[in-house]
Amino acid sequence: MNVADIINPANLVYKKTKVMNETPMHYCPGCSHGVVHKLIAEVIEEMDMQDKSIAIAPVGCAVFAYKYLDIDWQQAAHGRAPALATAVKRLLPDRLVFTYQGDGDLAAIGTAETIHACNRGENIAIIFINNGIYGMTGGQMAPTTLKGMKSSTSPNGREVPLAGNPLDITKLLAQLEGVCYATRHAVHTVAAVKKTKRAIRQAFENSMQNKGTSIVEVVSTCSSGWKMTPADSNDWMVENMFPEYPMGDLKNE
Amino acid sequence: MLLMKGNEAIAHAAIRCGCDGYFGYPITPQSEIMETLMELEPWNTTGMVVLQAESETASINMVYGAAGCGKKAMTSSSSPGVSLMQEGISYIAAAELPCVIVNVMRGGPGLGTIQPSQADYFQTVKGGGHGDYKMVTLAPASVQEMADYTVLAFELAFKYRTPAMVLADGIIGQMMEKIVLPPFQPRWTEEEIKTISPWATLGKPANREPNVINSLRLEAHEMEDLNNTLQGRYREIEQQEVRFEEINCDDADYLLVAFGITARICQKTVELARAEGLKVGLLRPITLFPFPTEQLKKHAEKVKAMLSVEMSAGQMVEDVRLAVNGKVPVEFYGRMGGIVPSPDEVLGALKAKLIK
Repeated sequence: MNVADIINPANLVYKKTKVMNETPMHYCPGCSHGVVHKLIAEVIEEMDMQDKSIAIAPVGCAVFAYKYLDIDWQQAAHGRAPALATAVKRLLPDRLVFTYQGDGDLAAIGTAETIHACNRGENIAIIFINNGIYGMTGGQMAPTTLKGMKSSTSPNGREVPLAGNPLDITKLLAQLEGVCYATRHAVHTVAAVKKTKRAIRQAFENSMQNKGTSIVEVVSTCSSGWKMTPADSNDWMVENMFPEYPMGDLKNE
Repeated sequence: MLLMKGNEAIAHAAIRCGCDGYFGYPITPQSEIMETLMELEPWNTTGMVVLQAESETASINMVYGAAGCGKKAMTSSSSPGVSLMQEGISYIAAAELPCVIVNVMRGGPGLGTIQPSQADYFQTVKGGGHGDYKMVTLAPASVQEMADYTVLAFELAFKYRTPAMVLADGIIGQMMEKIVLPPFQPRWTEEEIKTISPWATLGKPANREPNVINSLRLEAHEMEDLNNTLQGRYREIEQQEVRFEEINCDDADYLLVAFGITARICQKTVELARAEGLKVGLLRPITLFPFPTEQLKKHAEKVKAMLSVEMSAGQMVEDVRLAVNGKVPVEFYGRMGGIVPSPDEVLGALKAKLIK
């Protein structure tokens, strides 16, 4: 069997989606961002929405998301992505409009924009990467940092009297009437990746059907920030993050 | 011909000039802008979106989002709210997005007062947010100009891909005057937007690269390139777009320099002075950026002295002095915190400071 036989379309079981380009990613080994980017790109291709998608990039590690997916992007100020998405979707109601935000962006500096976009039931999807840390700036404590979890600004572990409790913002958002779908997933196993992809697809379909705001939280690893190997990060996430941020739907209407 | 408040005029003008989206947050003394829009329900006529945001921070970022789609987007606020928008304005300037921001100024600093002020001059023309950027700034002095400059601000914003500000104050926002509303212009279609603003994020067709609205340049030399582009555009604006009004300047020995409502007050001062035989003229900058520097230089060749009159501690006076560059004395008279000077008061200051 030669190479031509191997790449025969009949034998093709997997190919990279055309919505992703060839730009090498800047993400660290073991980071969840790359997988989530790929899932979003695949869903956009499968829904045939490449020419109708407008995405909003955050401030944080995913600030460069616009480099990797060949769709139109707007890069927002830190935390303001839901405000941008609100205006884009209101002015272009037949487009797929989604934000891609980390925990610092969405659950700290952008809390007001997040809650109010969700409360208005904006027909947007929010992809929320929760790794419990500020990755881009070097591993500082985030609103979602676990109790006792070490970071560069909680070197002895998060102490509740000093820093408060971890914020389960997806649970909070699920209470809002404007939110039609709030779900939490991860991308550490093949099965989990498949579930996350289905969730992204549902979130995108919800927004095109004007059902309200959909939020897909992806509990993620940050092996550089956590100072662990990628494999250890996955184990640590399952053992420590999942009890605080349990997998599955919080709301599905 | 209609009779209305300056704030109402802005709302009518926005709808009539084909504005696609207004995003705002209530604050005195400009809340009538959003109230009028909500009453007029333009979403039923032109299709314009009007949305009350959760904060001025959200408003200005909604404007960013809308402007990024090539849409005519605007917001309005008053001084404390505009302070809150400064981050967003810096991003909008850096991302080269056209939009209109209305500031109906009130007295500060802090929560201040709801009475009129002009103390946001520095914040507006010197760059209130971070980094080197400018905004085209138009200063209306009447209800008619509130409408006219809203339309003009959109034109200039799109001509130069820059945010434009209508810098008004609590008097012009609240006072009622006669007005002729601008003619109706239809909103741009998406096809028109693609021609006017090919950079707009409307969704990537197969035949073009993705459009990215962005102010991030991690490489320093790329960031300097962006700065050079912006600065080049600002120099062009300075060459092309200076606007001012001159009243009784031809034979003037003394020149008043004032913008906005203070220029209306100074117009009366000119009358009072001339009745006393004093040859006083008035130069009213209409554009605060670009500033009428060259015109002031010309006057510095002829007049004996100038008086900058402002409702602030003296902000524009610095630009007048830079223009005049020591050629003639430039003095300042102003009131702060929401106090409005009277024409007599200005005349008194003119005599005391210039004529002595």
